[in-house]
Amino acid sequence: MKAVGGRMKITLAILAVTLALGSFGYDSLAHAEGPAGKKDAASSPVAPTYDVDAMRVQGELRYRANCGRCHAAPRKFPPRMMATVLRHMRVRATITDEDMRLVLFYMTQ
Amino acid sequence: MPGPAAAQSSDSEKPVPILTGTAGYFNFITAGQNQIDEQINPVLLVPLGDRWLVEARMECEGAFQRPPGGGPYGGEVSKNLDYAQADYIANPYLTVTMGRFLTPFGIFNERLYPIWIRSLQQDPLILPLSAESSDGMMLRGGFAVDPKANFTYAAYVSAIDTGHNNLQSARNVGGRMSFFFPGTRLEVGASFQKLLQDTRTNSFGFHFAWWSTRLPLNMHGEYARSNQGSGYWVDGAYRLSQVHFWQKAMRRTELAGRAEQFFSGSISSDEAAALGLPPANTREGEFGVNYYLMDGLKAVASYGRQFSSAGNLNLWTVGIAYRFLIPLGRSGAL
Repeated sequence: MKAVGGRMKITLAILAVTLALGSFGYDSLAHAEGPAGKKDAASSPVAPTYDVDAMRVQGELRYRANCGRCHAAPRKFPPRMMATVLRHMRVRATITDEDMRLVLFYMTQ
Repeated sequence: MPGPAAAQSSDSEKPVPILTGTAGYFNFITAGQNQIDEQINPVLLVPLGDRWLVEARMECEGAFQRPPGGGPYGGEVSKNLDYAQADYIANPYLTVTMGRFLTPFGIFNERLYPIWIRSLQQDPLILPLSAESSDGMMLRGGFAVDPKANFTYAAYVSAIDTGHNNLQSARNVGGRMSFFFPGTRLEVGASFQKLLQDTRTNSFGFHFAWWSTRLPLNMHGEYARSNQGSGYWVDGAYRLSQVHFWQKAMRRTELAGRAEQFFSGSISSDEAAALGLPPANTREGEFGVNYYLMDGLKAVASYGRQFSSAGNLNLWTVGIAYRFLIPLGRSGAL
């Protein structure tokens, strides 16, 4: 039992260090980008930029590619509901940050 | 030019708490014995600020059967807390989850389990090979490693062995990683889990998901192996939207099929039954039809045949599955 407890502590320590390094690394990137990067800390620091039409096209492509993997494509919901649903799907289906934002843009237009 | 971040910039698009979930009514007729299954599975989603999401799902299921020899239907109503977790979006590459969460082993348990999502209502035979829920901490995320490929990962430690009937979990550690290729809409991945108690056994598995770019067809599959057994399932669902006659009805109709096989492991048949696994090597084929009455509401019917040294049997399913979605605040204009 003691050995099992020791391994658990080591595992938790590794997780904590990974989390700390992940947050530190990202904060460094956000600071390097200046105030804009810091203000929208949840956005991708390497995300490409699109114009509105391109965002709509990209949003539809990513919507079709991501949502249909698991279920029938849902209809559109009001914007604030869609934002919650997509945050949930980002966690549940590990959708990338950029895909989530583009799908949200497409689904709320 | 605005970037993707602009999509969520205005107050009118701030996320609102939602009560969602599924409700269903099914008749499962197994070897001639009818079971009435009624269930409601509410999901609460509460976003907090820009980075947090608190989410929980409860499963309330009543399974009623006539006793041997006849009589009125009777049975138990089970209530399980599937997950109650806090998600912290640390950065675009990392989300930290704390609490009780669905174990990320394969894809069925986490993503295909809800009754409005699954194309066939019977659980795959190998589903009990991995823990349904875990209590502890998880790191997960997904990001593009190439314009043609996304990488996703989940690593977790379950630190609590509750042993409680409605909050089952065990001490284990594990993870899953996968690659998703958006161009071909193909996802392939692998999972691993090590039990940190009792037999301290390892489990591993592989999965794939594919959504055709040319046809309204999606396919999923999993393989899993542990000391309790091993097996695989492959399913597919084809929407008849390309059929040229009766288009109004056909585009709402989906044909589904699944083939699966289970191989017994090194545990006794009694232990297997307690876990919900077949008591002997088993093969099963199932075919079904789903009809989407409206978004989130579908009628289902299926027939399956199970072949096993413990006895062959027929599996019939008829029912209806509904997904609801209720905003708990102003949701904005559509």
